[in-house]
Amino acid sequence: MRLIINKLAIFLSSLMAILGLFFLGWILVTLVIKGSGALNLYIFTHNLVNNGILNLIWGQFVLAGLAAFIGIPVGILAGIYLQEYGNNSRYAYFIRDLSDVMMSAPSIVVGTFIYAIIVMPFGHTNGWAGVAALFVMLLPIVVSTTDDMLSLVPVELREAGAAIGASKYHVILHIVLKAAKVGIMTGLILAFARVVGETAPLLYTSGSTIYMETDLNHTFPSMTVSIYNLATMPDEKLVELAWAAALVLTIIVMMLNLLGRYVVRNKR
Amino acid sequence: MNNKLEIKDFSFTYRGAKSASLCNINMSIPTNKVTAIIGPSGCGKSTLLRSMNRIHDIYNGNIYEGEILLLDEPQQQNILLIKKENDFIKLRQRVGMVFQKPTPFPMSIFDNVAYGLRLSGTKNKRLLKEKVVKALKDVALWEEVKERLYDDARGLSGGQQQRLCIARVVALKPEVILFDEPTSALDPLSTLAIEEMIIELKKNYTIVIVTHNMQQASRISDYTAFMYLGKLIEFDVTENIFINPKNKKTEDYITGRFG
Repeated sequence: MRLIINKLAIFLSSLMAILGLFFLGWILVTLVIKGSGALNLYIFTHNLVNNGILNLIWGQFVLAGLAAFIGIPVGILAGIYLQEYGNNSRYAYFIRDLSDVMMSAPSIVVGTFIYAIIVMPFGHTNGWAGVAALFVMLLPIVVSTTDDMLSLVPVELREAGAAIGASKYHVILHIVLKAAKVGIMTGLILAFARVVGETAPLLYTSGSTIYMETDLNHTFPSMTVSIYNLATMPDEKLVELAWAAALVLTIIVMMLNLLGRYVVRNKR
Repeated sequence: MNNKLEIKDFSFTYRGAKSASLCNINMSIPTNKVTAIIGPSGCGKSTLLRSMNRIHDIYNGNIYEGEILLLDEPQQQNILLIKKENDFIKLRQRVGMVFQKPTPFPMSIFDNVAYGLRLSGTKNKRLLKEKVVKALKDVALWEEVKERLYDDARGLSGGQQQRLCIARVVALKPEVILFDEPTSALDPLSTLAIEEMIIELKKNYTIVIVTHNMQQASRISDYTAFMYLGKLIEFDVTENIFINPKNKKTEDYITGRFG
């Protein structure tokens, strides 16, 4: 009887694993089939106004990059505070819980929030609003990654640092952060990969435009939002372009994820 | 005979604990000798050791009573009165500590030893190198690592890592070195190497070692303290403790009847 249950469990779990992988494979295959048709060098060198996606890639990376540029230092410092300075206080627990809740906040809610506090006063969608929305998405991920990775550093290492006459901030800066470096780096790459593919927070914050744009005070090109827009167009050429853009975005996100794993494997 | 540390009516209570972990400890740590602290798990021997460099204080809220005097004739300092981070740093440079598990820092072998030196103000590159090499020689690690000084220290074996940790402490030329079960995570050969080193080190340093291993205490220590349930039961020359203990509890523990 025990053997039968064991076999059944193995069978069911393998089946479910295959099922999960099957859908992932299906998505990828569909993307490649539908997306590769319009995929050529031309779309990487022209803006959407000329049926290319250059401005979209640019826009997406500027938005996500700036969000990361601001969010990563803030998040790492907050994570250090939680783990090293406020570890047992109620205040720290409160922030940690809040950050966890924010991580699971629906992204459309974040978009709406930024719409209310930035887009409305501006009067139109703009790049800064997009950056702000992605920043709000990214921050809790960075906080929680840093917090987790620092908690994995053994206390003995901190004590050993203090025992040879390092002050608290020396221990954190020279020893704890170094020991957690690989984990934190990986977390940062994955956090970036996560926000670079976001649509909902950008939908009515940055908006999207068919032109190249460098001024963040204006409506800013966004790949994800444009994919959404293009996919609903009646023109078949544009739908095909949306598929190509989706494929490019998927490849970018997958490469970032692989990079994250690669960093872990090589440094440990 | 000179004493390096003088512990008087010392009691210690962990943050939030209802009762004291150490009660009324009175003992003297003699200069340039090895003093072993033995006793069953939970008897407070590590707690006592960790009071001697106030490493407890990286966590707030512990309560100290009594005095621990760090003597440097004719000066003396009650280390329990230290409050400022700078003074803690000075104390820990005088009273070094080696932990149970090897704790190499995530940096090169050279930097592991140089780190404490840099913090304590050795900036001159040539001098720094000299001191690092000297410390590595003192712990008999130099021959094994001289070809790879700039490799990550975490690539060393457990025994080598522990000797590196001792080199790190020795490099600072402290007056006292505290060992908290330094060999309990090591194999017999590495243990032997470290025991020999400790005997060598006592020429220049005062050594206090907490150990679970009674044979180890009898092999390397000059004085032995037996602790039980937060109290110091007996403290004497090592031979007396092991051959002719005065207290019944000590005898029972030594002969393996409890603990």
